[in-house]
Amino acid sequence: MTEKQNSPAGQEKVGVYICHCGSNIAGTINVDEVSEWIKGNPNVEVSRNYEFMCSSTGQELIENDIKEKGLTRVVVASCSPHMHEKTFREATERGGLNPFLFEMANIREHDSWATNNKEAATAKAKALVNAAVERVVHHKPLEKIPVDIDPKTMVVGGGIAGITAALELAEAGHHVYLVEREGTIGGHMAQIDKTFPTLDCSACILTPKMVDVGQNENITLLSYSEVESVDGYIGNFNITVRKKARCVDEELCTSCGICEEKCPQKVVDNNYGAGLSYRKAIYRAFPQAVPGYPVLDKENCTYFQTGKCKVCEKVCPTNAINYEQEDQLLNFNVGNIILATGYDLFDARKIPQYGYGRLPNVFSSLEFERMVNASGPTGGHILLRDGETEPKTIAIVHCVGSRDQNHNEYCSKVCCMYSLKFAHLVHEHLPEAEVYNYYIDMRTPGKGYEEFYHRLLKEGTHFIRGRVAEITDADRKPGEEGKLIVQSENTLLGVQQRNPVDMVILSAGIEARHDSEKVSKLFKMGCDYDGFFNERHPKLAPVSTMTDGIFIAGACQGPKDIPDTVAQGGAAASQVAKLISQGTVMMEPVRASIREDECSGCRICNNLCPYNAIEYDEEKKVSHVVTALCQGCGTCVAACPSGVIDGAHFTNTQILAELEGILWDMPTEMTVMEEV
Amino acid sequence: MKYGYYPGCSLEKNARAYHVSTMAVAEPLGIEFVEVEDWNCCGATEMMAIEKIPAFALISRNLALAAKQNGSTNLVAPCSACYLNLKKADHYLAEDKGLRAKVDTALEAGGLSYQPGTINVQHLLETIAVDIGYDAVEERVVKPLYSLRVAPYYGCLVPRPATMQSFDDPEHPTSLDKILQRLGATVIDYPLKAQCCGGHMTQISEDTALELIRRLLKNAADCEADMIATLCPMCQLNLDAYQDAVNAHFGTDYQIPIVYFTQLMGLAFGIPAKELGFGKEFVSAQPALDKITEEAPKPVRTRGRGKQKAELPMPTQLEER
Amino acid sequence: MTHTLTSRPSTLLDQVIAETPGKAINLKTCLQCGTCSGSCPSGPDMDFTPRAIFSMLEAGMDEKVLKSNTPWFCVSCYYCMVRCPQEIPITDIMYTLKRRAIEAGYYHNPSKEKAPEFSETFCDFVENYGRSFELGIAMRYHLRYHPVGAMKMATGMGRKMLSKGRMDVTPTRIKNITQLKSILTKAKELGGQE
Repeated sequence: MTEKQNSPAGQEKVGVYICHCGSNIAGTINVDEVSEWIKGNPNVEVSRNYEFMCSSTGQELIENDIKEKGLTRVVVASCSPHMHEKTFREATERGGLNPFLFEMANIREHDSWATNNKEAATAKAKALVNAAVERVVHHKPLEKIPVDIDPKTMVVGGGIAGITAALELAEAGHHVYLVEREGTIGGHMAQIDKTFPTLDCSACILTPKMVDVGQNENITLLSYSEVESVDGYIGNFNITVRKKARCVDEELCTSCGICEEKCPQKVVDNNYGAGLSYRKAIYRAFPQAVPGYPVLDKENCTYFQTGKCKVCEKVCPTNAINYEQEDQLLNFNVGNIILATGYDLFDARKIPQYGYGRLPNVFSSLEFERMVNASGPTGGHILLRDGETEPKTIAIVHCVGSRDQNHNEYCSKVCCMYSLKFAHLVHEHLPEAEVYNYYIDMRTPGKGYEEFYHRLLKEGTHFIRGRVAEITDADRKPGEEGKLIVQSENTLLGVQQRNPVDMVILSAGIEARHDSEKVSKLFKMGCDYDGFFNERHPKLAPVSTMTDGIFIAGACQGPKDIPDTVAQGGAAASQVAKLISQGTVMMEPVRASIREDECSGCRICNNLCPYNAIEYDEEKKVSHVVTALCQGCGTCVAACPSGVIDGAHFTNTQILAELEGILWDMPTEMTVMEEV
Repeated sequence: MKYGYYPGCSLEKNARAYHVSTMAVAEPLGIEFVEVEDWNCCGATEMMAIEKIPAFALISRNLALAAKQNGSTNLVAPCSACYLNLKKADHYLAEDKGLRAKVDTALEAGGLSYQPGTINVQHLLETIAVDIGYDAVEERVVKPLYSLRVAPYYGCLVPRPATMQSFDDPEHPTSLDKILQRLGATVIDYPLKAQCCGGHMTQISEDTALELIRRLLKNAADCEADMIATLCPMCQLNLDAYQDAVNAHFGTDYQIPIVYFTQLMGLAFGIPAKELGFGKEFVSAQPALDKITEEAPKPVRTRGRGKQKAELPMPTQLEER
Repeated sequence: MTHTLTSRPSTLLDQVIAETPGKAINLKTCLQCGTCSGSCPSGPDMDFTPRAIFSMLEAGMDEKVLKSNTPWFCVSCYYCMVRCPQEIPITDIMYTLKRRAIEAGYYHNPSKEKAPEFSETFCDFVENYGRSFELGIAMRYHLRYHPVGAMKMATGMGRKMLSKGRMDVTPTRIKNITQLKSILTKAKELGGQE
């Protein structure tokens, strides 16, 4: 490893520290061998290995060596930079060096955790450590960039997560824009009758919070609105929101509801009503809607479809109906964003053998929520689809679309509990009815949850362990006529069973919003394979994202129940509040810069920059980067045909040196340098 | 359009009516069938139970012969079991290199070779529903099957398994329903349309088989079907030939004719019944065929939507694929 | 009855996975949900439901698995396979279990089980003629193993089929039976190496 050195030997004094991470690294990688071997690199002044480099003793090793041995560069080979880059940069700084004269090699996630082969792992560790040493000698001292935090925040989604986050921030005195796609806030919680396991009335605990949102002066509520574009970065986001035309003048409307009452057009309410009830073409989802102004649904409005009707306009006492109203584009700045966009219910029609959409008395869980709700279409009575008959036997089918490789592999987490709640509500409303819960595994972790399961056992719910195979109306033998037959294996008995029932409730799972991928792109943050937004760290940063200044809360991050959702809404608000009280954050100085004297003025970079951070100087005929806007993504660096854009901390020299270092044992003619 | 044709053993004799009617409707639909020369049995559901490599080799000989004779082509099998075996072998040969190497060596011993993917195996239903299309079928209709209540019966092996990109839904297929509708028939929403006819259980456990057959007959009778239209020789045989055994065993009196869908197509195309193999069935189709009317029946509203005010709205059906 | 758990005694589970084409490795991810067994048309007549068979495989109860009638009662309807939430190729696994049972010699008691004998009779005809021959298969299978059935066959179904002209009285042989035999002989040889 000598003839290919591209940094003059001995010019820098690098200290190398290999972390054992207990047995996480040292159990697979021969750390002694690696630290001994790297001493062969002429730039290495000192090489050590230590059990826990992130401990204070570990950090002191770095500080002392800088002071005592005059180190000019530091390399730590340990875990992912996501975990401890900050820790070691600070140690480097305490030792008296610029923190950017440090480089981290990830020999845990990228190496020891990825294999059991000790020999191969040790060889790879050598390459990674050598790469870091080769790179770090080219590092330049850099200064972090201070950024002011705009104290205003945008919360996207007005379900219980968004409501909680918005109220927490508003009550702390910060201004919030709460953007909601539908005509009212409330989300799924507004559709639900009772909440498990305490059985308190969902509306009773939700509506006061909705009213608070409507009345809080620090909250600008933008309902029936969608985020159109997001520019900028932490502290300085510029937002455009499309406020859709609801054809109602909010200044004039008194929310009297007469337009809704008189509207002649009845439409199935597939949203709030879960398809089980009707609404009008001009409507409020429910009487406690916030805001109370109705929305005119143009697609179903007789006037918009045929040019005749205008009943709502005629009956409105304040002339608030405005058919000419157009969408408005609103533009504002915020410092932080909280996404609380919620979930979609799994569409049970995707499992045809369960008959949803074909067999009338198969209901989805949300349909049942609406039915059992006192304000629902049956006034809280549990009835068959004919709207008259009370069922005597009810089957509740768990895991519909969840724990199923054909649909969603994950467990939706809430279905076992809400299925228990359904069983309880049936016992309460129809004491004579028999209830059968078909489950694969009962999952009831949570405060009071297992106790609730025991309560249902005592109430006489039948629990059958077995995933339902099919639901049919084709009777096979006497007793099955006119019934829905639920066919499954009772796996605890090892026998196939057919159970004739009157009603089936499908406990459909939780899915990411159908457009979550689009939304994640709009906000330039990631979502996982299933479409749920990615948190920065599953344990330690559950409401942060990889994009600074953007936080997530609630079911948009993954299936969760109301308590967890509310906790996340609060957590996201407190993350934002922390940044607001800091007032300023220091940002990575990873920025692009253009060597203007060499720029040909081709302007290719101008349009490629996703942050509009590159301006063109008409006089000098060259482009230059607006440092405050640049996010250091590197697109322009790669695209520049003249190669005159540098990405600080990611210069060509640094990256090529790193590659040289990693390929130290390759024949010269195969190295990247040769090909370039 | 030209297609390779693999009749399979059943169509040679027991399901001759299927073969005859397939040939009869091929011409008006513009299909030219070229039978694979010297084809052999696909092994049904038996060979795979005995030895894996010979089972795959047996099926692959047919694929190799078809490829040799017609080059890269669509190969049509009217028998569901043949269709599944041919298609599955092609699929697994492409997927499993070890299996393919062995089958290659075996074929070589007979001077043959086969490259997976060369032959596109189709079931006859797929050819007609997808390639020819419902509109083209309807255009050929001269004697609509008005008033004939038909239960469309798909059985197992055409809709399933779906691992190999099936042309229809594995649980609720609809292609046969649509063809029959275009023929003018009244198509029953037959809940058991994709359930099992018992397969070879008639030979192994008659009690098991008779119960499976009974369910299908009972359900068709409950739906007031005049006949059941099938697309598989095994389904036809089990439901037709064992119908009196079912009646004897369960004390029932089902008289439901079981016909091939191609026979009904032929009738609607104006081809005389005797040229379509009618008469080979044990439960005569004649009484049912006599119900065909010249005029279209008046549409019957099956569900009194909106009649009762209290009725709750139904979720809409998913858009068909 | 108690089954003593020893330290991972089952080789059958791994053999089944190795021998079955497709994603048979998913067998290791079986959730024991029972969708397969709930869907199975002949499930009620099986010794053990398919799900139970998979649990027994996992527990190393190999002999009991191979002696069960479960795979032989599989009608190849593929409902289990399309519905399985873990995408286990259950029908194909049943075929593998049948082959393993024959190999283990658990199936030469014709008075007890008919299925393997039926399959073997069928295959004999196919190997010798290249085509199946319903009358021959039925007669030989019944005469050899179920004489009472043979009488029923001759007087009942067989006569019925012949009268409608739906059954041949002599078998048809394909032209190039030599070629087929060479292929199958080679295939058996290769199969034996597995």
